[in-house]
Amino acid sequence: MEPSDADLIAAVLKGDTASFEPLVAKYQPRVFATARRYARRESEVEDIVQEVFIKAFQKLGSFRGEAPFEHWLMRLAVRTCYDFLREHQRNRETAFTDFATEDTSWLDRYNTASPESAEAAKHARELVEQVMAQLTPDARLILTLLEIEDRSVKEIAALTGWSTPLVKVRAFRARAQMRKVLEKMLRQKNM
Amino acid sequence: MNPTELHNKIVALAKANPPSARVPYAFEKRIMARLAVPLPADSLVLWGRALWRAAAPCVGLMLALAILAAALPREADPAENLSQDLENTVFFAVNQPGD
Repeated sequence: MEPSDADLIAAVLKGDTASFEPLVAKYQPRVFATARRYARRESEVEDIVQEVFIKAFQKLGSFRGEAPFEHWLMRLAVRTCYDFLREHQRNRETAFTDFATEDTSWLDRYNTASPESAEAAKHARELVEQVMAQLTPDARLILTLLEIEDRSVKEIAALTGWSTPLVKVRAFRARAQMRKVLEKMLRQKNM
Repeated sequence: MNPTELHNKIVALAKANPPSARVPYAFEKRIMARLAVPLPADSLVLWGRALWRAAAPCVGLMLALAILAAALPREADPAENLSQDLENTVFFAVNQPGD
């Protein structure tokens, strides 16, 4: 029988570092998927995931076991991704002219229900990334959690550590910001 | 296409194309190897810890001094002493009986 998360955590806290490896192996796919929502380059994604697990190891003593370990780890992952977005904000700002006209024409052709090919899916992800990269870290994080991952305001508050009213205010601002980005994008497309 | 419609399409596109959960080969080994190496001490963290440790004795000292100050008997008004001292100094020569 495989040891439970609680057993592994207790072993790590007693000094058995090797017991952390099964936890990493179990949860790394989820952390990778989360990190890929915010970072584009694979090297950046790996850096984020590594940082998440190192932080998890260092802060394991603060895990009280009231909620599942996965929830605690995902909170850490989301906060690390947010820090990453804030640190790399300047590098990611791209001019609106970088949007090729064919990028937006993909939207008209793309069937969201059944991606035609891996190439089409890749192109779609790149387009989403280009749009999201125009947003501030707050806006990007909140729109990803609220609209793309369909999380509730309460869940977002728990994940980010922000208060519920702050999440609502930031969501409102994020939508307004997204609207501005898309308006600019459409204006350029029509030029 | 209006911005709202485009917004909905972008969100739908993102939902339909979730990021991959693929993990590089033996990534957990890499993490464990990283954990085996002692992490370099962050000077800011060390400084922060030292400040937190110093905070409790400082608060204790402040409270002890406050209690001591409150417990000590009050002296006479220093302004009165000062005026008396000034007067003594000014009239020192006059008050000398020998002169």
